[in-house]
Amino acid sequence: MKYLGIEPQKPKIAIFDFTSCEGCELQLINKEETLADFLNAVEIVRFREASSSYSDDYDIALIEGSVSRNDEVKRLENIRKTAKILVTLGSCACFGGVNQLKNEFDLKSMNREVYGNDPKETINVRPIKDIVPVDIEIPGCPVSKAEVESLICHLVWDSPFQIPVYSVCVECKQRFTTCLFEKGQLCLGPITRAGCNAPCPAGGSGCWGCRGPSVEANYKSFFSIVKEKGFNDIEFRERLNFFGAFGEVKIS
Amino acid sequence: MLFKTIKKQDLFDLYFSDVQCIGPKKVGTNYKGKPIYQFLPFSSFDEINLDYETTEYSAKTYFLPYKETLSSFQFKDDDWDQEINYRTRPRVIIGLHPCDINALVKLDKVFEKTLFPNPYYITRRQNTFVVGIDCKKSCDHGFCSSLGSYTVTHGFDLFLTDIGDRYFVKIGSDRAFNALQKIETREITKDDNELYLQTRNKFEDGLEKTVRVENLPNLLDIEFESDVWKKWGDKCLSCGTCAMVCPTCYCYGVTEHISMDFNKSDKIKQLYSCNLNDFAQVAGGHNFRPEPATRLKYRYYHQHRGFVESFGQPMCVGCNRCGRICLAGINPTDVITDLQREQKR
Ligand code: SF4
Ligand code: SF4
Ligand code: SF4
Ligand code: SF4
Repeated sequence: MKYLGIEPQKPKIAIFDFTSCEGCELQLINKEETLADFLNAVEIVRFREASSSYSDDYDIALIEGSVSRNDEVKRLENIRKTAKILVTLGSCACFGGVNQLKNEFDLKSMNREVYGNDPKETINVRPIKDIVPVDIEIPGCPVSKAEVESLICHLVWDSPFQIPVYSVCVECKQRFTTCLFEKGQLCLGPITRAGCNAPCPAGGSGCWGCRGPSVEANYKSFFSIVKEKGFNDIEFRERLNFFGAFGEVKIS
Repeated sequence: MLFKTIKKQDLFDLYFSDVQCIGPKKVGTNYKGKPIYQFLPFSSFDEINLDYETTEYSAKTYFLPYKETLSSFQFKDDDWDQEINYRTRPRVIIGLHPCDINALVKLDKVFEKTLFPNPYYITRRQNTFVVGIDCKKSCDHGFCSSLGSYTVTHGFDLFLTDIGDRYFVKIGSDRAFNALQKIETREITKDDNELYLQTRNKFEDGLEKTVRVENLPNLLDIEFESDVWKKWGDKCLSCGTCAMVCPTCYCYGVTEHISMDFNKSDKIKQLYSCNLNDFAQVAGGHNFRPEPATRLKYRYYHQHRGFVESFGQPMCVGCNRCGRICLAGINPTDVITDLQREQKR
């Protein structure tokens, strides 16, 4: 199909999993109503979770998960050499995700805690961008299929790929949720990037920041609001650290 | 204007079972124990409370939804078919306060009585039967008295004032006159008039004029570089919440959504806010208003200066939904008072 003189691309895509729960990959094969079209639009040459094809001939690498072993570093560097465009999918790949919580503890005792007398080789968890340059990031735990579809449109038609720059509050308001702060609860919505349609405030648990910071999030103001409202520092810090997305930010 | 009175409970018989009815419904309580109301569909009058103080969200989204599809395209070879659909079902909204009806009257100016009328807005507006009601007392931090929006003379179908055991009813349209045939109405007596005026006077006496806005268009120009903007802008989270709940903020963005089979595309309009980081970002990436302070300032400029220039009145109706909901505590009366103080210094 050609449209208005534009020839579509049929990009060769490979999907790789690193340290993760594979939930983002599951998202890729979610949404049955468009799944067939999705698989039709691109050529998936490698997708361990859903396909038996296995090829090293690809243009686009979609990466799920973070790096937590030395062999993963090498594997990632090789992928970067082949891929023309490298995309990180999900909070683990973008920020380290839940996995990076282990970085707060002593590696040896963590290893013992999990594997007992059969320790595994492990290093501190790092997001993909710490190791190789990343071209496109789609954050979220898990990623939103709508944003993945928009990425596919971008790859096939060169239409602009955009994720919201604004905070979760916009989407939260647009679904008429009563602000959790009104109810005396904590929420990271004001500093977190929208695009998820704010399911967590609507569900009553507040945002945990899985999509990472909104563009130019006003930490200073937000932190003083949280303090003024009397939230406990430890509770707040735990929430900020949960997905590793606010790593560089200092709570004053 | 045609006036009548009706028995209060007769209002219930006006329930339009064949169309969707919207009214102020309690959705919860805040941490201070205050009830929170939203305009929501209801199926029986005991689900709503016409004595509500204010609502968390305005009713504007029944006229300007947060998201709507403006048109859909079906691609065919080197051409396309376009489908535009702005039909809507009739609806009744009961319990709008004067500020909210005044807000609709302002939106009418923007979307209906203008050079480029907006059919999406007009169909919703014309297919919505608006029943308003006077407030019994001023709402928390409301400054409708400053904006002259505590009373309303048009923009509704029916308008009620509680005068004891009866409603004093203003009839604002033919269809309202017809609807009233369903119930027993009484001609206005001298006593009714007096009772009505007494009620309104009592309400007005209870209002405090919190800020003066008449000279704001000039003041805003004089204080364009004021530190006041930085003071409040530094607090602003750029979360857009103020514009989302505001009954008059109508700015929007339009995006294209291509279907996965690449055969169809939707043009989707989404309400936006001038406080959001990329509101003034243009093609090529330049952002004309990169600082929160500048964006916050322009929200006030549109509300209190730009709109006055175009329509001879401010856009704000003083409901203070924006101030009550702002996590950063940015309240229009404080911001305006600060600017005025700046001038006196
Ligand atoms: S609940 Fe959270 S996301 Fe929603 S408006 Fe409040 S702070 Fe923002
Ligand atoms: S509301 Fe927050 S935690 Fe929940 S999905 Fe959205 S960004 Fe993630
Ligand atoms: S003024 Fe308040 S509600 Fe509005 S964008 Fe700023 S922080 Fe959000
Ligand atoms: S600007 Fe604030 S006070 Fe004015 S109409 Fe909007 S929400 Fe109400």
